[in-house]
Amino acid sequence: MKIRAALIGSGNIGTDLMAKALRSEWIEPVWMVGIDPDSDGLAKARDAGLKTTAEGVDGLLPHLEEDNIQVAFDATSAYVHADNARKLQERGVLMIDLTPAAIGPFCVPPVNLKDHVGKQAMNVNMVTCGGQATVPMVAAVGRVQAVEYGEIIATVASKSAGPGTRKNIDEFTRTTARAVREVGGADKGKAIIILNPADPPLIMRDTIHCITAEEPDQEAITDSVHRMVHEVQKYVPGYRLKNGPVFDGRRVSMFMEVEGLGDYLPKYAGNLDIMTAAALRTAEMFAQEIDKGTFVPEPSTPAVAETA
Amino acid sequence: MDLRGKKVTLHDMCLRDGMHSKRHQISIDEMIAVSTALDEAGVPLIEVTHGDGLGGGSVNYGFPAHSDEEYLKAVIPRMKNARVSALLLPGIGTVDELKMARDCGVNTLRVATHCTEADVAEQHIGLSRELGLDTVGFLMMAHMVEPEKILEQARLMESYGANCVYVTDSAGYMLPDDVRARVGLLRRELKPETEVGFHGHHNLGLGVANSMTAVDAGATRIDGSAAGLGAGAGNTPLEIFAAVMDRMGVETGVDIFKLMDVAEDYIVPMMDEMVRVDRESLTLGYAGVYSSFLLFAKRAEQKYGISARDVLVELGRRGTVGGQEDMIEDVALDMVKEREKADELAAGGGA
Repeated sequence: MKIRAALIGSGNIGTDLMAKALRSEWIEPVWMVGIDPDSDGLAKARDAGLKTTAEGVDGLLPHLEEDNIQVAFDATSAYVHADNARKLQERGVLMIDLTPAAIGPFCVPPVNLKDHVGKQAMNVNMVTCGGQATVPMVAAVGRVQAVEYGEIIATVASKSAGPGTRKNIDEFTRTTARAVREVGGADKGKAIIILNPADPPLIMRDTIHCITAEEPDQEAITDSVHRMVHEVQKYVPGYRLKNGPVFDGRRVSMFMEVEGLGDYLPKYAGNLDIMTAAALRTAEMFAQEIDKGTFVPEPSTPAVAETA
Repeated sequence: MDLRGKKVTLHDMCLRDGMHSKRHQISIDEMIAVSTALDEAGVPLIEVTHGDGLGGGSVNYGFPAHSDEEYLKAVIPRMKNARVSALLLPGIGTVDELKMARDCGVNTLRVATHCTEADVAEQHIGLSRELGLDTVGFLMMAHMVEPEKILEQARLMESYGANCVYVTDSAGYMLPDDVRARVGLLRRELKPETEVGFHGHHNLGLGVANSMTAVDAGATRIDGSAAGLGAGAGNTPLEIFAAVMDRMGVETGVDIFKLMDVAEDYIVPMMDEMVRVDRESLTLGYAGVYSSFLLFAKRAEQKYGISARDVLVELGRRGTVGGQEDMIEDVALDMVKEREKADELAAGGGA
């Protein structure tokens, strides 16, 4: 049985996520929540047969039970998420957070999704686009041998970097660097983001550098990296290892390209696509566990955000 | 060109842009020796940080010999008259480093973005101004877009709190008319109290000529570095520019002979290799490529046996911007693959 979901936020991310969720075997998008009745996202949702409200999350609350909403994706902003999480989690809704709020633990599906299911987490955070694209590679090296230092460089087309990212670009670098450590397993982490305005827009590209503690086992790392790429490709088919892994002393480098599916967002915006795809993948995994009865959503209180 | 009676603030780049050509390995002793000599020569403003600005230490750009904090703390207390600036590229450095630099006593904070991406600097420019620092917006690779776009972006930086906006010729690609069009437009359209600056690279040998043109078009701050120590073919050689300004009747407050001595006695002996317009740095200026890519392309040439010039031309063709050093090895690896494919075809040709 499909698990019924609400999409909060009717911008680019929310609308792209809807297109993907409509194809899901495990998730049924039922509601889309916006704040602008004239938004393109809400119009697209109505056309697709979803119920919509332009009253924010308060417009959704009276319908949670009758529509049996068990999962909510939040694609609003860090500030709004804190409020949304409080209102929905106390009603037993599982939150998949696509904002930088990071109230809940980081989730990078091929690396640690199963841990969260096991721990009955009721709010998981999808890190950043750069994190989704690069942390799997750090973890791929890290599961072979200790990574002393992980560094990622995410280059995205200017057109795909929204006003939220631009207003607080430090949040991107900090949050991504933290995920390189906490999820990727590197002792130290650094993240760099570059916006490139080339026209036609370039496809998202990511470089991952790891410094291993000992001499790298080239064969084992290469194999692990290819297996991890394959895991990510299950939900982001356009995730490609362009070059590498390259070994230079204890440095291991991977050069990636991330092409989106082009659902609502253009294909070059692989950075946004990998977020929506990872969020859906996460919800689907929870949905399977809910279906099996191994995960039971319960009312909960969100933790206080580390950053405002 | 009549520049008589104009005033220009010279800003030395040896200890920041020069870090690129030193692979970020300038020692604390060298930092102190150069900065105190520049101070003695009357250079009013000296930039000190990693070549890619605060927080630039990384695999991507190179780890420095010392942290930004160590450099700033070594230099700032020793300055008699000169003030010290730090550079920050949002996306690389954060407000944490900005606050650190302020606590170390920098006078000037320069926030650099690609010439179309000024809005990522709102947070940093705003905070810098709030902290009472002389706050400069720095629009890099300014040759890539039309003057009107530069103006639009400069206005954003001005609106966030920048009291000076730079036209930055990161690739050393601009011709004097390009400089005049951009600097002139900013001077006419920005608030009268907002200063306009120009940062040149000498890749086409035009550092001095472009900077003169910038002054004529209304710039009051000019970047350069003693002996030109900087990325690519270096920055505008500051001692030459100071001498030219003196000849033209422009007041800089700098002691020309002392500045020449800094260039000759301190900077030239520090150079790992001569900073000059050579085949590769000329290619930067000719193809419009970010100057700090130079040494990375040379390294790729050594490692992969491909031409650094070909790599740089390809980087220009792909529209790379400042900070995309990771593209260099990627492009080199692509070129190696293509070469292998071509070799296979040639070998299999008779079969």
